[in-house]
Amino acid sequence: MITFMNNSDSEEEPCNERTSLMSAESPPVPSYQDGLQASAAGEAQAHRKRRAGSSRSPNNIADGEMSDSGVPVRESVLENEEEELTLKYGAKHVIMLFVPVTLCMIVVVATIKSVRFYTEKNGQLIYTPFSEDTPSVGQRLLNSVLNTIIMISVIIVMTVFLVLLYKYRCYKFIHGWLILSSLMLLFLFTYIYLGEVLKTYNVAMDYPTLFLIIWNFGAVGMICIHWKGPLQLQQAYLIMISALMALVFIKYLPEWSAWVILGAISIYDLMAVLCPKGPLRMLVETAQERNEPIFPALIYSSAMMWTVGMAKPDTAARGMRQQTRDAAEDERENRRSPSHMDSQISERRSPVPTRPVTSLEELEEEERGVKLGLGDFIFYSVLVGKAAATASGDWNTTLACFVAILIGLCLTLLLLAVFKKALPALPISITFGLVFYFSTDNLVRPFMDTLASHQLYI
Amino acid sequence: AFFWLVSLLLSSLIWFIAVKASDPRDEPLQKGLLIFGVMFSVLLQEAFRFLYYKLLRKAIEGLVALSEDGCSPISIQQMAYVAGVGFGLMSGAFSMINLLADALGPGTVGIHGDSQLYFLTSAFMTMVLIFLHTFWGILFFHGCEHQRWWEIMAVVVMHLAVSGSTFCNPLYVGSLVPSYLLMAAAAAWAYLLSGGSAHNLRRFLLCKS
Repeated sequence: MITFMNNSDSEEEPCNERTSLMSAESPPVPSYQDGLQASAAGEAQAHRKRRAGSSRSPNNIADGEMSDSGVPVRESVLENEEEELTLKYGAKHVIMLFVPVTLCMIVVVATIKSVRFYTEKNGQLIYTPFSEDTPSVGQRLLNSVLNTIIMISVIIVMTVFLVLLYKYRCYKFIHGWLILSSLMLLFLFTYIYLGEVLKTYNVAMDYPTLFLIIWNFGAVGMICIHWKGPLQLQQAYLIMISALMALVFIKYLPEWSAWVILGAISIYDLMAVLCPKGPLRMLVETAQERNEPIFPALIYSSAMMWTVGMAKPDTAARGMRQQTRDAAEDERENRRSPSHMDSQISERRSPVPTRPVTSLEELEEEERGVKLGLGDFIFYSVLVGKAAATASGDWNTTLACFVAILIGLCLTLLLLAVFKKALPALPISITFGLVFYFSTDNLVRPFMDTLASHQLYI
Repeated sequence: AFFWLVSLLLSSLIWFIAVKASDPRDEPLQKGLLIFGVMFSVLLQEAFRFLYYKLLRKAIEGLVALSEDGCSPISIQQMAYVAGVGFGLMSGAFSMINLLADALGPGTVGIHGDSQLYFLTSAFMTMVLIFLHTFWGILFFHGCEHQRWWEIMAVVVMHLAVSGSTFCNPLYVGSLVPSYLLMAAAAAWAYLLSGGSAHNLRRFLLCKS
């Protein structure tokens, strides 16, 4: 259908990386564009090319293979042809996003179903201090709402803090924060996960082997995510990290709180991205002004993981956006800024160094990938994982939520193609997912169970 | 798949309301409600198939308008096939997946006196339904395209017949055999509608180029 990312065809392209779902290119693109961008973009591009070699883009390898969608798109080409290409290749990008989201969900559901650890209640995070073990329904509801309020306010505070840091160019701080968070995620959580999986399958493993495995996994992960690495490995690591984070959430968030939090996060996402004073929108605008790509580290890109760094210090910061120090905060960060999708052109820069600056047209040929924030991955997986963990109808509910989320993603991409600006990726999918979860669990399950017991087919 | 899911949702909503509003101890009533639920669900599925057709039609018009040579990159027949497959997969998945999960665990089939072939027949029935949905998709869309309402009615009637035949379960002869026959008929019909013929088939089977 008609949902795709437009090709970038304008000069402004390179600087328009927005974390939100955006089809950056076309001239009719709204608010953030102005004429000055064009020249600035040209320069930025030149800059990028020169620095491509020394930049921190991890995916230089990937870039070469990656980019091309094949057909050169020239500025001068009729808009129709561009749109048609958009349609054709946009569909490809939708599929390219489906695969990682599906993989993440599969990992989460498989773990939930097999490893009992993640469904046992062993305490709660400090961000959700109110317990849900209360006898009355009203009290429980109240506690979950309070938990949600606390969680959301923590998220808001962290996001605003991040935006402020970014605004005042405290890149080193962000840098360090992210490194610490990803360290913790890659080593500690993986260790716990591996321990639990081994326990479940009753496999013995000695400490030296364990150390070796975890060390290698973590070290390669750090390099891939924060520096350079093959695109697919990077994508795989991001998926694994999202899955691990989602599992932590599923384990430590009490039941009702989890659902209320999911709902609240979608609303927050909607507001943060679309309201003029929303932190995420300010983030996007700041990055626009500076002609810098926004937080590549916190974003999953189907085409190119890393946008090329501009100036050295900037690239460093750019690289960082992976995680914040605290795991939970991490999520926050991840969710906040990357809760949107982005269609980007940054790919261009990579094979670039030798190209003449003037050939902007050629640059536009390279395919842009769709970008989806890691927070989105995490929350989708939390929804599906919770459905798998707690629904008594088991697989039907999980499947229904899965389909609902994917359809929401499709619709969001469609809106992206229509509106061509940053969009939040959470609201539609989460809404569909929640609706389908509750309705399938309560309505469809008894129906299907009765049908199955009589072996009737509809 | 999404459309099928929504139709399932709505039909189970109706059934649920009906059940809650009625007396749970009244066996024949429950059975009657179940039958009503099944039929209603079938009709709703076909209605949603029609809605999906409308949506795809609009999409194709959009694609055609956008393309430079006036044809869309994907034809309505392909869309019909995909729609049918989507419906079939969703329907099959929902029918089978809990069974499969249970089949992994310890247990005895039919320990309370039910048929021991439960799993097997469920598998076959699901398979035939998936195929049927695919063929019905093609037939349905073809009927909508060419304004042949009798084709659409035939699809609806076939669907009702297949669902109805499952009421014979566990007398599997009554449900599986007619369903497979219907499937063969639908397959042949869909094949002919898609441009196949006996000649094509022979060439294919004999591997002629």
